[in-house]
Amino acid sequence: MEYVIEMLGIRKEFPGIVANDNITLQLKQGEIHALLGENGAGKSTLMNVLFGLYQPEQGEIRVRGKAVKITNPNIANDLGIGMVHQHFMLVDKFTVTENIILGKETKSGLKIDLKKAEQEVRDISERYGLAVDPQAKIADISVGMQQRVEILKTLYRGAEILIFDEPTAVLTPQEIKELIQIMKTLIKEGKSIILITHKLKEIMEVCDRCTVIRKGVGIGTVNVSETNPNELASLMVGREVTFKTEKADANPAQSVLEINGLVVKDSRGLTAVNNLNLDVKAGEILGIAGVDGNGQTELIEAISGLRKSESGSIQLNGKEIRNLSPRKITEAGTGHIPQDRHKHGLVLDFPIGENMVLQTYYKSPFSKAGVLNFKQIYQKAKSLIQEFDVRTPSEFTLARALSGGNQQKAIIGREVDRNPDLLIAAQPTRGLDVGAIEFIHKRLIEQRDNGKAVLLLSFELDEILNVSDRIAVIYEGEIVAIVNPKETTEQELGLLMAGSKQKEVGEQTNV
Amino acid sequence: MGFMDILYIVIPSTLLWAAPLIFTALGGNFSERSGIVNIGLEGLMVIGAFTAIVFNLAFDQTLGNLTPWVSLLVAMVVGALLSVLHAVASITFRADQTVSGVAINLLAVGAALFLVKLFYGKGQTDIIQKGFSKIDIPVLSDIPVLGKLFFSNTYYTSYVAIIVAFVAWFVMFKTPFGLRLRAVGEHPMAADTMGINVTKMRYIGVIISGALGGIGGGVYAQSISSDFSHATISGQGFMALAALIFGKWHPLGAMGAALFFGFAQSLSIIGSSLPLLENIPNVYLLIAPYILTILALTGFIGRAEGPKALGTPYIKGNR
Amino acid sequence: MSNRVKNIIVPIMAVILGMLVGTIIMIVTGYDALAAFTALWNGAFGEIYYTGEVIRQVTPLILAGLSVAFAFRTGLFNIGVEGQLIVGWLAAVWVGVAFDLPPVIHTLVAVIAAGVAGALWAFIPGLLKAKFRVHEVIVTIMLNYTALHVTNYIIRTVLSEKSDRTEMIKDTATLRSSFLEGLTDYSRLHWGIVIALIAVFIMWFLLEKTTRGYELRSVGFNQHASHYAGMNVDKNIILSMVISGAFAGLAGAMEGLGTFGYASIKGGFTGVGFDGIAVALLGGNGPIGVILAALLFGALKVGALNMPLEAGVPNELVDIIIALIVFFVAASYMIRLFIDRISKKGVK
Repeated sequence: MEYVIEMLGIRKEFPGIVANDNITLQLKQGEIHALLGENGAGKSTLMNVLFGLYQPEQGEIRVRGKAVKITNPNIANDLGIGMVHQHFMLVDKFTVTENIILGKETKSGLKIDLKKAEQEVRDISERYGLAVDPQAKIADISVGMQQRVEILKTLYRGAEILIFDEPTAVLTPQEIKELIQIMKTLIKEGKSIILITHKLKEIMEVCDRCTVIRKGVGIGTVNVSETNPNELASLMVGREVTFKTEKADANPAQSVLEINGLVVKDSRGLTAVNNLNLDVKAGEILGIAGVDGNGQTELIEAISGLRKSESGSIQLNGKEIRNLSPRKITEAGTGHIPQDRHKHGLVLDFPIGENMVLQTYYKSPFSKAGVLNFKQIYQKAKSLIQEFDVRTPSEFTLARALSGGNQQKAIIGREVDRNPDLLIAAQPTRGLDVGAIEFIHKRLIEQRDNGKAVLLLSFELDEILNVSDRIAVIYEGEIVAIVNPKETTEQELGLLMAGSKQKEVGEQTNV
Repeated sequence: MGFMDILYIVIPSTLLWAAPLIFTALGGNFSERSGIVNIGLEGLMVIGAFTAIVFNLAFDQTLGNLTPWVSLLVAMVVGALLSVLHAVASITFRADQTVSGVAINLLAVGAALFLVKLFYGKGQTDIIQKGFSKIDIPVLSDIPVLGKLFFSNTYYTSYVAIIVAFVAWFVMFKTPFGLRLRAVGEHPMAADTMGINVTKMRYIGVIISGALGGIGGGVYAQSISSDFSHATISGQGFMALAALIFGKWHPLGAMGAALFFGFAQSLSIIGSSLPLLENIPNVYLLIAPYILTILALTGFIGRAEGPKALGTPYIKGNR
Repeated sequence: MSNRVKNIIVPIMAVILGMLVGTIIMIVTGYDALAAFTALWNGAFGEIYYTGEVIRQVTPLILAGLSVAFAFRTGLFNIGVEGQLIVGWLAAVWVGVAFDLPPVIHTLVAVIAAGVAGALWAFIPGLLKAKFRVHEVIVTIMLNYTALHVTNYIIRTVLSEKSDRTEMIKDTATLRSSFLEGLTDYSRLHWGIVIALIAVFIMWFLLEKTTRGYELRSVGFNQHASHYAGMNVDKNIILSMVISGAFAGLAGAMEGLGTFGYASIKGGFTGVGFDGIAVALLGGNGPIGVILAALLFGALKVGALNMPLEAGVPNELVDIIIALIVFFVAASYMIRLFIDRISKKGVK
């Protein structure tokens, strides 16, 4: 039999939902097999079934033709299945070696034989070209090296089949290139790989075959050489996907946000935003493109007052707002759709109604003399829920109970409703399905058409290219280029984002 | 009274008061390293003290000089049994670990006094006849100066406590078991994906804390109080918790902290008979352990940071 | 079954289970359970005197419960009620002994002093949490013992001359009432219960109806979102702890100005602070729940004193039952699973 893994007719239910329904995936020896689906389509669930973290209600798993029951990760390991998790499963305070041997320690007597273990780690890492320092603490090494440790963990356990769960999400372009090289080496050494992803480009580049699932249902398997990104996208989404967002030309007017010489440090005290200059005009969407970790988060936090900046100036409508409190900045006329909606955007244990007045509860008509007026609060909530199509049983439902898309719509409703001159949207569509993404893009463009300034931060190049009127490329805390989305390509942006090409900023700003 | 004379009094007294704290703090270390908060240490000591005294009174005729040691073993077992309750509530039923610990404390005191009244018809037990007694350790006590300082007029239990601290350190930092225990307390999901049974490890951690807490109580009762009443254990368990934190969740650190707190405690009791110290109100000595622990947590004396997953129940499949 | 119904059933089940296990313990140890419960009931409600004592006992329990509940609702675990209570007790008695003021005003000043003392004692963990992110549980535990030793020291050296207790407070500062005593056959019932009930209303109104309460709850649930929304997170953390401590301090005033009229050296804790955790937990951290739970525990505690006399059962049995109730509420996940199973079977 040429298949090393067969998952046949897998069904997995959780209370209230069917996460996987009749999904079949067959992995051939020596291939890289993509598992493609939108966020929430059930990819991770399926792989957790294979890895023994979940038990399927129906279906059969065969390994090299033999039916098996995988009831815990140990059995998966014994069968030669290893998983490289998206959120690294590493203990920060342990060393690389300790993390790798955990659960399968090399002993001498009662003691762990660390010397021997370190040598083993070194041997494997050399054989597969996975450079790591066996004695370094996880907390001190780069994300790329942490991922190599994750891979080494599976190889140390003798894995023949490796599952990569969205491995490129956290990597820089350089690290992605290295990872692809590693995967090819692994195949050469006789391993087989399942690559979980929703990035079509990666599939086209490295995969042999691709299995698509949509809303928990298996759609089918295609040979990558016989397909194209458009076909894959429509298989994934279930309808024709237009990559272009409809919008009229922008009519930029006066500058709303002006940033000059801004310096911001990150949590570790290193300079994250370095002498940055930027302006956003009324009636335009300015997109910030860049690889994660180049100061975007710190920039947004500094503008919105969540983080203190060192020096420079941030002006909103000509008024200095740098290092004011978040409340003062909000009152000055900003709205902010935060990057992490669970952390910053919502109080999940408040009803959705109370979340709608998170920045305005202290103002009339929502309160008087320090006493809340719940009638007014819930009336406002109700109208926003309707206007922004937030699907919720009622305005009294806890925010926690809503889906990600509806939570995001509620946040956008709240932020837009205050009618801010500047709307900051940080990764507004992260983790959402295509329907919600389109809705959100439309609302951003609507703000622009109403003469507001919109600052969009996204790590998805497609989103940046489609929605923005101007693109500012950030690299190592500086804006290295400002480009017109109509005149640029993904290739050019990619090079700029990697810092390998400098454009004359001054010349382009005046376009 | 010369300086050496003071040391001859203070050091054995310190070792005496520190021993129960060391055992209990080490117990707390195993529980908290596995990720389970244990403020039930006080209750575990109560039940250990109660068990040891009751067993001691009942069997001293048959067991003779072995009585306190056997009583200690029984206290250990009963302490372990009580801690299972904490484990079931906080691991299996995901109870708030602090609340469960409070319940352990309430339950231990209630049950122990209830049983004391049931067995003896009064609120406190008789005084035991076969407690741990002061000894000069053979050979070692003959070493000049040091022998008299550290090995005379003292109790075996103090040395057992110190040895156990080193064993605990070895187990926690040198063995596969220790690596797994710490992994479970830092990142239970990572441990789970490596095939480690998180629930089992946490149960073991909590039960060890019960066993050592029981011993701690048994040592206290049989070397310091000699009987059991509602006031026998009053705050020793919480002081052990303080030692655990002040010792930065490290067995040897906890031992050092426990020795230091034992020193403060013994000074607060014998201080009035010592020159220099007689004029210092002993309130400072009494509160020193607690204030120091707060300062350590705040970062004024090297920041103490607990295991990352401390206090959070592990629910499979939840990210 | 709706969550609301479950939230009511869980504590009731916990109480029933606690009583049940208590009964089993009595049967196993050879006591007459029926006689014990009869004695318990008689000891709590059999005579008007006992009922007066129950209400007296309930008074500090309500306040201690409010203290814990308020902290819980704003995201903090105040296990330091015990210490804040002792400090409040001392402050109230201090004012009661040292000042000469007209009646009512003297009482009010003493009560306020207790609240302020408790608030200040709780300010420390609040500040450390806000500024250094130190977990309040450990700090408040440590401060409990600190409070115990420090108040003992003050009683011995400042408020008396090496005596074990202070003088009685002046009559002008007392909460006692001959009217209430007469009403209840000379129990120690005092006006404190009115203060406790006012405090319940204040907690409810503050938390549920005001913008301040909105901020406190918001910060308790999610500091990051609260910061993002423009609230002062540090200030709210400190405030939450301070308000919680004030309630605990008031509980101390109830003992100092009402029940006892003096403060004495303590070998250990009063237990009221830890019972407050039980009250808050069983009462679901809500105002009505706290009153009901305090009533239950107060009745159990006072009624228990009659058990050795009437039924020959040690009163510690009640402590066991209370501990078990705390366990069952804490492990309510178990009860919820059980309810789910039952209600599913019902549907079939």
